[in-house]
Amino acid sequence: MERTARKALHAAFPYTIPIFAGFWFLGLTYGVYMNVSGFSFWYPMLMSLTILAGSMEFVTVHLLLGAFNPLQALAMTLMINARHLFYGISMLDRLKGTGWKKFYLIFGMCDESFSINYTAKIPPEVDRGWFMFWVTLLNHFYWFFGSTLGGVFGSFLHFNTEGLDFVMTAMFVVIFLEQWLKEKRHYTAFIGIGVSVLCLLFFGADQFLLPAMGGILVLLIFLRKPLEQGREEG
Amino acid sequence: MNISQQIITIGMVVLGTMITRFLPFIIFPANKPTPAFVQYLGRTLPAAVFGMLVVYCLKNVQLLTGSHGLPELIAIGAVVALHLWKRQMLLSIAGGTAVYMLLVQLVFPAA
Repeated sequence: MERTARKALHAAFPYTIPIFAGFWFLGLTYGVYMNVSGFSFWYPMLMSLTILAGSMEFVTVHLLLGAFNPLQALAMTLMINARHLFYGISMLDRLKGTGWKKFYLIFGMCDESFSINYTAKIPPEVDRGWFMFWVTLLNHFYWFFGSTLGGVFGSFLHFNTEGLDFVMTAMFVVIFLEQWLKEKRHYTAFIGIGVSVLCLLFFGADQFLLPAMGGILVLLIFLRKPLEQGREEG
Repeated sequence: MNISQQIITIGMVVLGTMITRFLPFIIFPANKPTPAFVQYLGRTLPAAVFGMLVVYCLKNVQLLTGSHGLPELIAIGAVVALHLWKRQMLLSIAGGTAVYMLLVQLVFPAA
């Protein structure tokens, strides 16, 4: 078994190198961001271990700084991470027969680990379960160390960090743009922005999220026919 | 928020994340096709949610006072331009954030 594991590690590591660069950078920024928001390094450290969903962890900083509202925290997490449902659905078959590793593979299925494990062409002589296990564990590790280091060293930073919180905006703009470029039609992107802006105007900055999430879901459900038709024609 | 409220909040985020990751394996047996409605949401929800999150990030921008949202507008323009040009996620994020930090620190300092 040891040989199988080592062989899989050799095959898996190269796939994670780009994530290595990305997670250290984003993790460090996230740790520093938590630090300048007034949280000790324990927060990014424990959150990177237990949540392991980068964009959601940035949002959690906001949630922690706002008023206590566990229901909104849960609803927001479900909406933001809803995409994981579809990762899971796509991985149902691939995770079969991975034994005890399956639990961790599901637990650690962040965007990056999913993309690698879903798309990687694993050589037939390499154990699939171990390959995916290493990909997930390495990515988890990069994120954990980046975030913790950022949290520890954030307090030693002596340059002006004002405006650093824009990193979250920039990240979501990029993700939104990537999504936009992938799609032929942009109705749902407009629904997301339109409903959110309307709710922001009506309910104010602190109350608009839940109505916005509800509104988006309702609109998507009611507009299913035209949206699906558009898809077939486009 | 006190410490136990913080723990509950983080716990909710962990719970929500785990629900989204484990649910498919609990409710959809691998040998059956996924319901069409779930597939539909899978295709349409991401774009809408990320649009909502961009608005969420900008929710405290004041258009009528202060810098009128100009630093945000310029920096988002920089992110989009960088991303369309190089298509390198990290470069776009780092570049846009640097532009924003320069703008709010040097060009539009708060009074």
